[in-house]
Amino acid sequence: MGVLNVGRIEEGFVLDHIQAGRSMEIYKYLNLDKLDCTVAIIKNAKSNKMGLKDIIKIECSLDYIDLDVLGFIDHSITINIIKDNEIVEKRGLTLPKEIVNVIKCRNPRCITSIEQELDHIFVLTDPEKEVYRCKYCEEKYKKK
Amino acid sequence: MRHLMSPLDFTVEELDRLLDLANDIEKNPEKYAHACGGKILATLFYEPSTRTRLSFESAMLRLGGQVLGFSNAASSSAAKGESVSDTIRMISCYADICAMRHNKEGAPMVASRVSGIPVINAGDGGHQHPTQTLTDLLTIRSLKGRLNHLTIGLCGDLKFGRTVHSLINALVRYDHISFVFISPEELRIPDYIREDVLDARGVPYKEVERLEDVMGGLDILYMTRVQRERFFNEEDYVRLKDFYILDKKKMKLAGPDMLVLHPLPRVNEISVEVDSDPRAAYFRQVQYGVYVRMALILTLLEVEV
Repeated sequence: MGVLNVGRIEEGFVLDHIQAGRSMEIYKYLNLDKLDCTVAIIKNAKSNKMGLKDIIKIECSLDYIDLDVLGFIDHSITINIIKDNEIVEKRGLTLPKEIVNVIKCRNPRCITSIEQELDHIFVLTDPEKEVYRCKYCEEKYKKK
Repeated sequence: MRHLMSPLDFTVEELDRLLDLANDIEKNPEKYAHACGGKILATLFYEPSTRTRLSFESAMLRLGGQVLGFSNAASSSAAKGESVSDTIRMISCYADICAMRHNKEGAPMVASRVSGIPVINAGDGGHQHPTQTLTDLLTIRSLKGRLNHLTIGLCGDLKFGRTVHSLINALVRYDHISFVFISPEELRIPDYIREDVLDARGVPYKEVERLEDVMGGLDILYMTRVQRERFFNEEDYVRLKDFYILDKKKMKLAGPDMLVLHPLPRVNEISVEVDSDPRAAYFRQVQYGVYVRMALILTLLEVEV
């Protein structure tokens, strides 16, 4: 981490160990474009563990980030919380039990296909296989 | 307040009580004839299903209650664009319990989230049809005397048939159940049933293509219709619909106690010559459908008799 100059963030956090190439997807899901603070995306950084990885540095409070969404996208991402230029905490992620309005049900027979105002809710039905199903029609969500 | 979305909403013990109640209704109908006096059942059928709707209405009328509702979306406010949530809020002011049929999967679940009255899923697209499964369980338990130690053959459209998937899910909760799946290659049970339900629980099953080969070893033969609406093209439907037809000749291969069930309506998958066979149980199944819906209405309304 030292080489990547985390020190430049005084207060904020670093999303580390992002699978190489997936940082923009995470940028989108976490709505980072709506934040006013500094956001740095590092692509294809060298990693001993992963070969290549992406990193996102964000200079704001972790409260603005939906950790459930992050856990859903990739629970192997680690979060380094920075205060006064130092990593004060490393936090892991877990698969959220339920996610709301992050992904949409693609089943054309689902009630959400005709009632636009309904929340799109997915429930973790098999933690081992990481299976999420639509709360209404139980269709399995297939990651692209 | 409880709703019924899936047959698995009830534990095995709760199901036993429900089926016991249904059997008591069968034996003593007069005892229950006024049990729901002053209560109203709303049948909200966004897609037509005369058989299921009449079964619900018969059940409520036989309990001394009354019914109101609509039998297709065109005659409801859905045609004006009203949401399911708004409709059920309104119906909650008019009725004490409702049965909802919808072509969109999950619609009854959406209703149950805001409803002031118990909601029964009366079939939602290709998803669930729990009262059919309760009917099947009651028929099997009443006529065979048990829900365990059974070999159940399921024949026909096992890929799209939700009644089949529901029944498998409900039966694997009992001991010593085994399945024989009889279908053409194109209509075999989906992988998730095979892997997540059967293999995960170690339930024995086999998959065959010919009905004749397995008739002798079955306790129950559950026939299903190849449904035109589940197919995306007419050609596939026409090619597969006559694949498996049960007739007198095939019935000769079956044991004397084997029962034939069918969710109905049949098209031609059971020849009418089988109807007079004492093992043909599909019309008795319809009667059990009314008893089990009566028991369900009483249970969800928490009416003690």
